[in-house]
Amino acid sequence: MSAEAQAPRALNGQAPDVFTPGGWVPMREYGEEEVDFLIVGTGAGGGTLACKLAEAGFSVVAMDAGAYWRPLEDFASDEHEQGKLYWNDDRIVDGDNPLKLGANNSGKAVGGSTVHYMMVSLRFRPEWFKSRSKLGYGVDWPLDWREMWTYYREVEEALSISGPVTYPWGPKRPRYPYRAHPLNGPARYLVEGAEKLGIQWTETPIATLSAPRGKAHPCVYRGFCMAGCSTNAKQSALNTWLPRALSAGAEIRDLAMAGRIESREGRVTGVHYRREGEWRFQKAKNVVVAGYAVETPRLLLNSASPECPDGLANSSGLVGKNLMVHLNQSVFGRTQDDARFYKAPPSLAVSEHWNYEDAGKDYHGGWCYMPPGPLAASWARLVAGKGLWGQDLLDEMHRYNNAVGLKMVGEVLPYERNQVTLTDQADEYGLPVPRITFSYGENEQAMIRHALGFMDQALDVVGITDRWQNPDETAHLLGTARMGSDPATSVVDADCRSWDIPNLWICDGSVFPTSGGVNPSLTIQAIACRTGDRIAELARRGEL
Amino acid sequence: MADPYPTYDVLAKRDSASWDDTTRAVVDRRLSLKVPEGVLSDTQLATLRMVKARVCPDPEGRPPTTTLAMVVQRIEEDSTEGFRHHELPRTSDAWRRGLDAIEAEAQLRFGSPFADLDGGQADAVLRSIEDGDVRAPEWESLPPSTFWTWRVIPDLVSCHWSQPSLWSAMGFGGPASPRGYVRIAENRRDPWEALEERSTSPTGWPRHHVR
Repeated sequence: MSAEAQAPRALNGQAPDVFTPGGWVPMREYGEEEVDFLIVGTGAGGGTLACKLAEAGFSVVAMDAGAYWRPLEDFASDEHEQGKLYWNDDRIVDGDNPLKLGANNSGKAVGGSTVHYMMVSLRFRPEWFKSRSKLGYGVDWPLDWREMWTYYREVEEALSISGPVTYPWGPKRPRYPYRAHPLNGPARYLVEGAEKLGIQWTETPIATLSAPRGKAHPCVYRGFCMAGCSTNAKQSALNTWLPRALSAGAEIRDLAMAGRIESREGRVTGVHYRREGEWRFQKAKNVVVAGYAVETPRLLLNSASPECPDGLANSSGLVGKNLMVHLNQSVFGRTQDDARFYKAPPSLAVSEHWNYEDAGKDYHGGWCYMPPGPLAASWARLVAGKGLWGQDLLDEMHRYNNAVGLKMVGEVLPYERNQVTLTDQADEYGLPVPRITFSYGENEQAMIRHALGFMDQALDVVGITDRWQNPDETAHLLGTARMGSDPATSVVDADCRSWDIPNLWICDGSVFPTSGGVNPSLTIQAIACRTGDRIAELARRGEL
Repeated sequence: MADPYPTYDVLAKRDSASWDDTTRAVVDRRLSLKVPEGVLSDTQLATLRMVKARVCPDPEGRPPTTTLAMVVQRIEEDSTEGFRHHELPRTSDAWRRGLDAIEAEAQLRFGSPFADLDGGQADAVLRSIEDGDVRAPEWESLPPSTFWTWRVIPDLVSCHWSQPSLWSAMGFGGPASPRGYVRIAENRRDPWEALEERSTSPTGWPRHHVR
């Protein structure tokens, strides 16, 4: 269903209570009076920041193009139906390795992609924040890992992350708030393979509950994580940060698509957005763009004005550039055991060995690996990707319950040629359809070769036969509005404040200067927590 | 290969704790879906029916699927999925052009409508599209192997494996809410999961020496 055909729910002083079928919670409304902060996007970046800013006492309106779901009653146990959670609007992909978007990496719902993320909550390796100085590639972040370590902790506690007591890699960190989940079959192959190869592994720190928390029940191992969690065990922005934001006085506007940011004399004044079939304008003292690495540059570029003909915050020319993803290649094979990878969240075990070990690599950067758990249709698409169809495909699908695999999350380097631009085609809102251009470089090819070879070996040593490689998957979206220390080579500063326009902020995966070899949601939230604290501090000093 | 789960029917769980009302409504709607009329020409529809039968055959001994109706509905709604290969038009246009081109290819190669070809001939036509080795001029505005990889296969396969008959045939648990699973280690099975009929038994119980 198109967003235009749905009706908003967050209206008339109330928002959906995500913990109660048919329930409501009170919501403050600001009308269209000027608010302190207008946030575009309510995912890992915008949802988290909405909470932090509202709790700091600012007036906040957070809008999202997607719907405000109540998981307990709105989420079917069905991959196809849950396609409603993804950003399915038309986007054109090109380059040597055109990206798959939508279900793969893009959410369109209040809560953003965290509503359907895999919940893997890993911290960056400290050196990655200074990868140019310390590791000789990419670009340095303007952030210090020790400060990030405290913000990681804040997020881990806010989401009650389940994880191990001790973590095998990196500087000391406290035990995770909730106990680790038991391992499912596919995770146990990873463990056995890692031990045979003499590398370390751990239970994955993951944002699904291993014990009750408030009104949310522990995970019941349904395995439908990518299709949205119908029991609220998944700790998403939808059921963690946003309920807090509402209690603290934020307004959330669902089914509100931002089209253009208005600017005048070097400052932004508000956002034109479409809701209930008409264009409206919300005034704000500050605007935060948190639309993820395609929608964020799209909105900035589409907000070009005579003063800013190349788009807002774009004096560096880098808005939309340096788009990064993660390498997400995998190896699958067959076991004599009954493995059934549809049960429990995928990725319950992880090895970050190749994030922390650099010896012997013929490429820059790191990668980790985890066991995937594709459900029926996802598995069918993967198997069909081998070139199987007809009876061959049916036959291979009969062996679903004996399939196991390993999947990498690998660092992609920033290249200016990988980018988001605008086309002259219009979408259902009348906004320009974005074009996403992506190609691997030699570094990525070398990392893929190493990772596929290693994962193949890690399956071989535990007796997995008939192995095959899926060489062309990616995950996540990063870059396109990078943070940095120099206005000439970055879009925002360490506080996510744009260099060009002091009351325009960007807070999502777009600000990553490099991608790291781990899933990004924890880092996006940690940056948002830091940004919230910094904004409060700047306000105290009168520097907003 | 014979159906390994002949006694398993995911729909038998419909009224159990594995299914909630939301899911029941979704699957009921899917199973009662009729092929929308007036979306495709008779020839286009006949071609698509044959493409579906060759690429995604229904499993033997299982209730029929509504895969064809789902795909036609996608074409009718011109559904987008958030990314479109730059060489392809939108969903509806791509399918219409593609079906016409498949028909033209069949006429050129075998002098017969695609829908009237035998299985081997139809597969030969489809293989030529997959390989990009086509002759009909209709392909000039539609790169055949890109159409195959980015449109035909994902659409058909996604719709087909949204069908309970296919879930049953592969031993997939199907809907699981509010009840999920208790026994999640290898070689453990909850009573509401598929039982495989196999000549050799699994290699053993979970390996408890592994944490």
